[in-house]
Amino acid sequence: MGALDIINVTKRFGGLVAVNDVTIIVEPQTIHSIIGPNGAGKTTLFNCITGFYRADEGEIIFDGEPIQYLPPDEIARMGIARTYQNIRLFSNLTVLENVLVGMHSHLHSWFIEPILGLASYKREEAEAREEAMRLLEFVELEDKAFFLSKNLPYGEQRRLEIARALALKPKVLLLDEPTAGMNPRETEETMALIRRLRDERGITIVLIEHDMKVVMNISDVISVLDYGQKIAEGTPLEIRTNPRVIEAYLGRGAAMGLSEAA
Amino acid sequence: MRGFPWRETIRAGLLGSVVALHVSLVGMVEAFSRREIVKDVVTLGQLLLLLVVLSAGYWAASKASKRNKVYGLLAGLIVGVIIGLVLAALALSIKPLHMRQVFANASRGLTRVLLFNKKGLAGVATLLAVMGGGGLVAGLLEILPSRVRRPLLYALTAALTLGLLRDIFAVILPRSISRFFYTSSGLTVKGAVVLVVAWALYFTASEMWGQRVRSSLEALPPSQQKTLRWGSYLVALIILLILPPLLGERGGYVFEVLDIVGIYIVMGLGLNIVVGFAGLLDLGYVAFFAIGAYTMAVLTTPELPAVRQYIPPLDFWEALPFALLASLLSGIILGVPVLKTRGDYLAIITLGFGEIIRLLVISDALKPILGGAQGITGVARPHLLGWAAKTPQDFFYFILVAIAIGFFISVRLKDSRLGRAWKAIREDEDVAIAMGIDHVATKLTAFATGATLAGLSGAIFSSKLFSIAPHSFNILISIYVLSLLIVGGIGSLPGVVVGAFALVGLPELLREFAEYRMLVYGAALVVMMIYRPEGLWPETLHVAEYKHHTSSTTEATTASAGAGK
Amino acid sequence: MLERIRVRLRHLSGTDIALWLISVVLVVLIVVGSYRSLTSGRYTVRQWMDFVIFGLAQGGVYALIALGYTMVYGVLQMINFAHSEVFMSGPFTAYFVANALDKAGYFDSHPIISLAIVFVVAMTVSMFVAVVLEMLAYRPLRGSPRLVPLITAIGASFFLQYTFRGLYGSGVKAYPDIAMLHGTWNIAGLNIQKTLVVVFIAAILLLVGLYTFVQKTKVGMGIRSVAEDQQAAALMGVDVDRMISMTFAVGGAGAGAAGVLYALIFKQVHFFMGFVPGIKAFTAAVLGGIGNIPGAMLGGLFLGVFESLGPSLFLEGLGVPASYQLKDAIAFTMLVLVLIFRPTGILGERIAKRA
Repeated sequence: MGALDIINVTKRFGGLVAVNDVTIIVEPQTIHSIIGPNGAGKTTLFNCITGFYRADEGEIIFDGEPIQYLPPDEIARMGIARTYQNIRLFSNLTVLENVLVGMHSHLHSWFIEPILGLASYKREEAEAREEAMRLLEFVELEDKAFFLSKNLPYGEQRRLEIARALALKPKVLLLDEPTAGMNPRETEETMALIRRLRDERGITIVLIEHDMKVVMNISDVISVLDYGQKIAEGTPLEIRTNPRVIEAYLGRGAAMGLSEAA
Repeated sequence: MRGFPWRETIRAGLLGSVVALHVSLVGMVEAFSRREIVKDVVTLGQLLLLLVVLSAGYWAASKASKRNKVYGLLAGLIVGVIIGLVLAALALSIKPLHMRQVFANASRGLTRVLLFNKKGLAGVATLLAVMGGGGLVAGLLEILPSRVRRPLLYALTAALTLGLLRDIFAVILPRSISRFFYTSSGLTVKGAVVLVVAWALYFTASEMWGQRVRSSLEALPPSQQKTLRWGSYLVALIILLILPPLLGERGGYVFEVLDIVGIYIVMGLGLNIVVGFAGLLDLGYVAFFAIGAYTMAVLTTPELPAVRQYIPPLDFWEALPFALLASLLSGIILGVPVLKTRGDYLAIITLGFGEIIRLLVISDALKPILGGAQGITGVARPHLLGWAAKTPQDFFYFILVAIAIGFFISVRLKDSRLGRAWKAIREDEDVAIAMGIDHVATKLTAFATGATLAGLSGAIFSSKLFSIAPHSFNILISIYVLSLLIVGGIGSLPGVVVGAFALVGLPELLREFAEYRMLVYGAALVVMMIYRPEGLWPETLHVAEYKHHTSSTTEATTASAGAGK
Repeated sequence: MLERIRVRLRHLSGTDIALWLISVVLVVLIVVGSYRSLTSGRYTVRQWMDFVIFGLAQGGVYALIALGYTMVYGVLQMINFAHSEVFMSGPFTAYFVANALDKAGYFDSHPIISLAIVFVVAMTVSMFVAVVLEMLAYRPLRGSPRLVPLITAIGASFFLQYTFRGLYGSGVKAYPDIAMLHGTWNIAGLNIQKTLVVVFIAAILLLVGLYTFVQKTKVGMGIRSVAEDQQAAALMGVDVDRMISMTFAVGGAGAGAAGVLYALIFKQVHFFMGFVPGIKAFTAAVLGGIGNIPGAMLGGLFLGVFESLGPSLFLEGLGVPASYQLKDAIAFTMLVLVLIFRPTGILGERIAKRA
């Protein structure tokens, strides 16, 4: 029983089978990458885990509970957070507010408390702000706490998304192409950040990535999807030399990435 | 003439002509001409046409003066002349072409107004001179450096606005002063000149020293700033409170207007929570206003025997909680079905709800309990220790309290966990849900809160009017409230006040406006969406200020957080 | 099978249950009301047929207006709230032509040609308004978040309404009485008002004609390609701006014609006449599946009949007095129900891929 068990999950859209009988067991406190050509079903799988889509068949077990029928907000409250392929921040909210939204499930005030200005409410808010600033320091964005998130440069937006996801205090963090569009230096920094998340905070990371250097370097386990099916799984070394994987990537630039990282 | 932008100039002239024709043929020019701004010099109608010329001319001049300053002047002049010619053609052809048969406002009165009350060629010449002159002025304004142009424009606008608001100021100001500035309609020439000069001086001064004043204020320690801010709020509050007795009898009209503006501010604050904070475009908002108003009326009127069988007439304070409760519940009930819909469809569904409620209220089927098309008379008035509210001044205080409640709720919720949840749903609902936000509770709370504020203002409205009828509760009200939010700035609290004064106050003061109110609102919505979607007083204006204060505020946050532990 | 049901029951939220309850209550009300009304013998079969026929004619008008809503939504994913004013502008302007023709006696001597002229004028004006509307108000906002064009459309709608009020006056204008359309025809044993027959047939012909235009001509193909995938169409060399203008023009033509037909049935035009039919036509468009042209036609006819039958059929059966007053309420209720329960419509949506 791992941190997150995806068992025989299938998701169809009309006639198209996006995820086909996929089983992936994610062990706690590992960095588990999911790779595969475009359209292989990776983001769809993420959407099934977070409850945005409902799996047609199969089970998803988290923390011992089946979550495949739960609504997304409940799944989030249980401790699964994610970032998005094309960054989805709350554009017109400040950086700090974005992180504070992430903390929503850990705060308790609703309507009466802010209206009456109760001391407990003020305390909760102050502590929340403190904690949010700490998260921003962790991703080195504390100077820009009051900037509108849409005014941040791309790399900082990605870091903000991670900070916001961390605000959920997740046990499992799903990162969807966290290094997309980054230059090598930014990619290195992000990789270091991801490792710190696993090592310092004990978070289990599931990663969708196309950059093979990143995948080979930081993953503990790699699962490979192609046309919705899992075609291979193993350590980076095993995957690198797996003929089916190489075949799936044949002709794509990633094949070069595979051999480079070897 | 090398490099002269003929195409742009002619296009500006033609576009301006179309606008001028439109404004003339719908009757605005003639109706507005009845109000003088400066006696015997300029009427509102003429001002309207001049505005068209000025805008078109300014635009053309900005293209032309890039090459050569003189070209700018010339472009403005040409635009003015084009518009003048088109208007002259209109004026001269109204009678011979029998335009009145089709265009209801193409009357002899229009011809007279367009030709400046002169006949034939003299009129045409005057028209061309004025329009051309206006275009020339536009060109002149364009080539002036902005340091000079800005104060000049602001001063003219301020003076003209004071002229427009003659009905208020002539009444409020002490006799001697008002006689200097105002006549029976509009400003005196002397008064206008004095005003323009005075405002020009003020604005020039604020240009030169405004920044310095602002920086020195910002340099003050935060505790002093806070004291200053609260102090100024207190002063404003005191002024508001003593205003009614200060103006006494003369103030009746002023407070009628302020009351209506106030009622719309309360509604605006409510809709601001639904649309501005939570991003739910509710076009049926008037339904909650109506429910509050009708609950108050039904529970307190001596009429409606079918109801009186079961409930004796209550008084205002007894009925008020029920009115608020009714609106709150209807907010939830009407919110439940739309929890899954987004965007456009949400707007249309709420529109449908609003219309269904209006049709039910006006129907004979529900006449026994809702009064049907005739409405209900005899709504109770609020009372305190034996004294009952009667005049607009009396209601002014109650409306102030309602506004205070609305502001209080909005301010307190805006930066709370709930407010953040609303804003998150507005920005990206799917992601908000993925953050653990319960979208059902969050949306329903938004609807309920907005509905309750609408109900509050509805109850006060109904009481103030003493009798209500269904035709006061139509979709136009929803559009008014939405418009004032858009113009003021969605999500912005000061924006609600600005929008209310601009879109509700002005039409009440300028009765000529009333017929063209929706036309202007409609145009305002389109123009605002295209050119300034954030509104006149945007919410994120505050965030720009944050940018300057980042380091100091961070320290303040950590300091206060440390102190709070 | 049982497992499936149990699975579905497990994740029903409170909202779903509430909505289900509402729909069950409504269905029960309709069935009970209809039953009582039909068995009460209040109306004869003939009278029911009259309701249906009127509904069909009305529905044809709604279908023509719905065409504009559905096409614009298919191409721009926005509700052209101002389409109701496009609908109004044509017949309102054409009134003056009709009046002149009537005064000169042409409606008596050459009724068909005169009507044709009125149609042409109305359709031209509506097309013009629609195209200018798109150019001035919507084109600058392409790509904005969805609420922005809607608010602009609302503003444009009221602006146009009150512009026409200012231009032509706030009063109601009576369309000339056309002698040719007096009386009834005997079709299949029923005496049907000539006006209704003409309106219905004209509506169907126009709908078929416009649909053929969209399906068979090059311009129509261009419109459909832009509706399908704007980017791809542009890459194929389609002038997207022009196609969007053409979409508005086609919708405008339909609306203008619908306006004249409306004037023939109800005999009057005024500046506010577009609001309610506009909303009903939008309901019809959604009912049939937004973006789906045949759907809009069917939706229009269905809504027309339902609205016509509604008050007498189930409201009266439920004991609601003066039920005819609530005719519009029925249409609005249908609007709300469709948008809540089946926003994809009966025949399914056809919307462009988001860029």
